Parts: sequence; structure tokens; C-alpha cells
Amino acid sequence: MSRCLAMLAFAALAALVPLRAAHSTETVVIGSKNFTESVVLGEIARLAAKEHGVAVEHRRGLGGTRILWRALLGGDIDAYPEYTGTLVHELLHDVPPDAGIPLLRERLKQLGIGITASLGFNDTYAIGMREDEARRLHIRGISDLARHPDLQLAFSNEFMNRADGWPGLKAAYHLPMGARGMDHDLAYRALASGAVDAIDLYSTDAEIAYYHLRVLKDDLHYFPRYEAVYLYRLDLEQRAPNFAAVLNRLEGSIDAQQMRAMNKAVKIDGKSETSVAANFLGVEAEPGSGAFWSRMARYTAQHLALVGISLILAIVLAVPLGVLAARRRRLGQIVIALTGILQTVPSLALFVFMIPLFGIGAEPAIAALFLYSLLPIVRNTHAGLTGIQPSLLESAAALGLPPRVRLWRVELPLALRSILAGIKIAAVINVGTATLGALIGAGGYGQPILTGIRLDSLPLIMEGAVPAALLALVMQGAFELIERALTPRGLRLRAMS
Amino acid sequence: MPASLEASTKLPDSAFALVHATRAFGTTRAVDDVSLDFARGHTSTLIGTSGSGKSTLLRMLIGLEWPTAGEVRCDGEPLRREDVLEVRRRVGYVIQDGGLFPHLSVLGNLMLLPRHLGWTPSRIRERACELAALAHLREELFGRFPAELSGGQRQRVALMRALMLDPPTLLLDEPLGALDPLVRHGLQDELREIFRNLGKTVIMVTHDLAEAAFFSDRLILVRRGRVLQDGSLEDFRRHPADPFVREFVAAQRALPGAA
Repeated sequence: MSRCLAMLAFAALAALVPLRAAHSTETVVIGSKNFTESVVLGEIARLAAKEHGVAVEHRRGLGGTRILWRALLGGDIDAYPEYTGTLVHELLHDVPPDAGIPLLRERLKQLGIGITASLGFNDTYAIGMREDEARRLHIRGISDLARHPDLQLAFSNEFMNRADGWPGLKAAYHLPMGARGMDHDLAYRALASGAVDAIDLYSTDAEIAYYHLRVLKDDLHYFPRYEAVYLYRLDLEQRAPNFAAVLNRLEGSIDAQQMRAMNKAVKIDGKSETSVAANFLGVEAEPGSGAFWSRMARYTAQHLALVGISLILAIVLAVPLGVLAARRRRLGQIVIALTGILQTVPSLALFVFMIPLFGIGAEPAIAALFLYSLLPIVRNTHAGLTGIQPSLLESAAALGLPPRVRLWRVELPLALRSILAGIKIAAVINVGTATLGALIGAGGYGQPILTGIRLDSLPLIMEGAVPAALLALVMQGAFELIERALTPRGLRLRAMS
Repeated sequence: MPASLEASTKLPDSAFALVHATRAFGTTRAVDDVSLDFARGHTSTLIGTSGSGKSTLLRMLIGLEWPTAGEVRCDGEPLRREDVLEVRRRVGYVIQDGGLFPHLSVLGNLMLLPRHLGWTPSRIRERACELAALAHLREELFGRFPAELSGGQRQRVALMRALMLDPPTLLLDEPLGALDPLVRHGLQDELREIFRNLGKTVIMVTHDLAEAAFFSDRLILVRRGRVLQDGSLEDFRRHPADPFVREFVAAQRALPGAA
């Protein structure tokens, strides 16, 4: 029986793998991280490639650096925008901190990855002041701050505490004044209102353009360089030679001023990344992602696929596991403990763990949701079977029915309610958890939620959160109907009496 | 083991036998070195207080419990695990609350085993109707679920289920224990009638000496997993093997008159 189960488990997982091979190899896939600038740069690359006749797709806002980097190495995406500082400090561990692009290019080549030259701007820590204030005090660079010890400085807590943040800056520029910690968003408002005189920021923040701020020149080159570049797979040079040429043509074409303006157009003026990117390239923007209802239909289909497929796979494995757990006590404790441990893995981490196995997109999300669904179903199957009155089990045995017939005709029908309840719990939890799938490119209701968080847009967040909540309710209701339909009448009677 | 016992259990008319059988749960012995022989075609009753081990003893006969020492014999052959399904099908087993499956109708309960054995629906139906006549159960009740039946009706269905394959042996564990006195009294009469007419080997467990004496000539008093006395009610009265036997007999208030 246990060998049979192991095969089932394997089959369930193996069923996911062919999905991965379904990617079209003709289309170049661009990825981007989950913040506005990255998505805009991804759209610029996509539209530029499309102009040059390359079949291209953009999986936008996929999540953090690790996810994009692994997806690039694994071939799930072919290119994405990155920063040199991230390569130096996070991704490549054997390069000196002052490594330039030529050295990075040499190192990345060994990994089969190519890198463009700088796109023309450096998105790093910077110090900003109000333009009018800076002009009045004749402050152009950070070194000019030393002449004004009475200026009020407020920095984000991270910048205050990092060795390469304020402490290092103060020492490098011999700045006499102190500074206080402040939330980053509040700091912008405090600066605009005149409560503070200078704050830390990223050099391409949308707010710089919005609040008319001056970014002080880092004249001693204290801050590490975070030049924006595109990374791409070197095998593209054979598969889609035009594409690499398109990326190379974008080198040096975006300066910090332009990037800030584009970030502002999206984050503050509410324009779409596509229209902003099209405007920058001087090309026609294609119509947006469709009307509300067609968008909603797409999210719903994706979300249902995530929840449905993962749930069916989980039922196929978890019900037999629950039966096994009820049959063999020791093994049962181990099985329940193991599925319990899976449940304690933070959901985002579990999604990310699936990427090396399944790449990005729906498959890793389904795999993660599948693992999450196991515990409620295994535990409820086990509880349902072990909760059957011993006298009924004994009657079934005494009749002379073989164990398999007892299981199908007596035990499973009697445990059915509990099993269905477990499946219902798994389904409802999955509807919520599946929203995280958007972080790894699975789409679904998480997509508008994620974009809404990024753009700080409540209506967009609601566009995902409300249907997700409704779907959870519908699931709950549907399972109650299924439960009523499947529960034998005799058991409902017992529940009444 | 003693030669005489060895010989007696091999007799062709032995339906079931225990030979120095012990069933231990940890350090406690629910059945402690018991040797008994149940002759074919007779009714025997195991009596004792609750926890005496009489139910465990009955359950050992069809492999619901396995002896930790000694052995169980069925038709003179040692009971083996691979034969246990086959042995159980030659035995009807009825427990206190009937053990009917609540998710199945009366007919569903009756047909569970025959259908597995490949009986045709018409043959199952025919047999069920035969038994309904025997057990005085109205056929209109076939579609009802156990929760819709009275206690007495449930026991009739349980008995019918046990008799579906017409097994030569019936094992009854407190079959009437959960019924109120009036229903119980009526069913006692009917059951005794059925047992006599069918000529089955019947082994019953009860804690009620009056009921035991009503059904059978052979009473086996069990205490702490051992057989204290094996004989007729008359033997129990006249020659109690132990002060406990006398006490047990004396504790029964409304015994039927001496035979």
C-alpha cells in the first residue's frame, strides 16, 4: 500500500512537470521586478523589441531579485532589468565591490548571461533637498552640506543604521550635524513642508519630480553604483539575434531625469507603464490590458486554474495518505507531522522554493498550493476514519468483508463528511494563498493586488481582493452543496436525531 | 496439553474450540488459559459480570482478537489468519446495538456481503424476504435507515444480516442488552424459537443469568478471564464450584422455577 502511495505522489508531481515544457521557445520572455521602475524598463524593452519584429512577452512585476535571477538562470525568462550594485552585492559573490560593467560582463559570461552597458542612469542612495532651498544656500553636492551645520537631516531607519548609510557618509564628508530617523514616506512630506531640510532617497524616485527636489551630487563617489542595465541570456544571440541588438540600442538612452519623470507618470499621475514606455520610445501604445470585465475574466480563469488543479492533485494524494495514516499509527504520526511542517513554511517562501523545480508561472504556484492543501485533507481523512465507532468497524470485519471492501463501502462513506470538510478548508485557504502566485508570474487575483500595492492604489487592490473574497465565499457555499449531495441520507438522519 | 482434551477437540461435532487460549493486553489477561469446546447444533451461553472477558472470548472465535498463547479451532482445524474471512462468512455475528451501518438502508445493510460475493439482486431480495418473515420484520421497512428504526427493529435487521448467508453458527454478544424489558421479553421468545427451528450452533454472551438459562442448557460462567463453572443452571445451584458462583446465582431475583 505504501509503495502504491509513493507512486501516486510521484505521479501527482510528475503531472506538473510537462506543463513547464509547454512554454513557447519562439517568444522572448522579459521579466521585471515588483516595482514601478523595473516594470517600466521591462515595457520599454518589450515595446522596442516589438517595433523590431521580435515576438516578445513581458511577465511584469514577478517579485524580488532572487526570483528574477533564478528565472533568468533557469531559462524561464530571457531578460530583465537589473542594477550593477545588486549584481556586485547580492548576486555575484566573487567580484570586488568596485567592479565595473566590463568585469561583470566577463563574470556573467561564465553563467551564460549577457549584460548591456548602463542604460544611462544610476539608481542609488542619494541625498535630496528642496530645489528652492538648495538654490538659496548654493548647495550642489553633498560636500556643500558641511558648510551648513544647522540643517535638519531626516533619514529612513535603514539608511540610519547601515554602515554604508549615514555613519559612513558623515565620516566620508566630515559632516558636523546630527540626523534623526523617520519613515520614508513621512520624510518626503516633512521635506516638502520645510520641517526638515534634507533626506535620503533613491535617485530616481518619482517624488523627486513631484516635490521639485534637487538630488545632491555625490562628489566623493561615496555611494555604490547601481547603474541600470538589462541582463539577458547569451543563447538569445542565436535564438533571437535582433533582440540583443534592441537591448544594446537602449544603452545610454535613459537619464535619471527621464526615469524620474516616467516613475512619476506612473506612480503619481496614474498612467499605465505601457503608455509611459510607448511615450518614451515615441511609438504607438497598444490598447491597454482590456476592459474591466475581460480583465476580470482572465484573472478569474487563472485563479480558478491555480486553486482547482492544486486541489485535485492534493485530493488524489492526501486522501490515500490519510487512509494510510489511519491504518498505521506510527506512520500516520509521521505523515501528519510532515504535512504539518509543510504548513509552517511561510507561503511566500514555499512559492519561491518551487521555482528551481518548476520555473516561474502557474506551475510553481500550483505545486506550492498543492503542498499547502495536503495537511487539512490528510488530517481530516485521518480524523474521519479514526472517529468511526469501533463497533461499526468490528461489524464490518465480522461480516467477512475483505479490508478493501470495508474501506470503500463502510469506512470512507462514514468518514466522507470529515474528508469533505478538509477539502473545503484547503480550497478556501487556497483561494487566499493563490493571490501570492502573482509574485512568481502565476497571474490570478494577486496580479491587481500586487500592482495596487506597488502603485499605492486602493481601487486596484480591491479589484483583486474583492473577487478573491467572493470566490472564497462561493467555494464555501459550493462545498456545502456538494457535502449535502454526497452525504448519505442515513447519516443526515443521525445528525438530526 | 492433556491427551483427553486433544482428543475431544478433534471430534467431528465440534464447531468451535479454545485450547489453552490466552489473550493478554499488556500485563492483564482478558482471557486466561481457557479451554472450551462448543458442540455443533447446541446453544451455549457465556455469562459473567462486565469486564469478565466473556466478550473477548467470543471475539477470539472469529479472529477479531487473536490469542497471545494457545489456539482457537474451527471445525477442528486451527484458525489461521488467511482463513479468517472464510470462517467469518460461516458465522453470523450480532452485537449489542446491532452494529448496523448508519449510511445504508435496511436492504443496503442486508446486501453488503452478498453483493460482494456476486449474488444477483433478485436472489438477495428473495433471501431478505425469507428472513423478514422469519424475524417478523415488515418489508416496507427495507428502504428505511437505521436511525428511522426502533431498537427492536434494529436487532431484527442485525439478526437478518447475520443470517443472510445461512451460516451454521451464530455468535451473539448481548444481542438484547440495549432493549427495554417488554421488547426484550418478546424478542427472547422469538429468538429461542428461531434458534430451535434453524438448528444452528449458537454461542451467546450475556450478563443476565435468567436470559442465559432461558436460551440454553449449557451455561459457562467466566470471571477474570477464566472459566469458573461450565454446566446447567441446576449444576450452578446445587454444586457451585466456587463461592462466587453461589453469589452470582443468588444475585438473580426473578429466576424461572427450577427445572
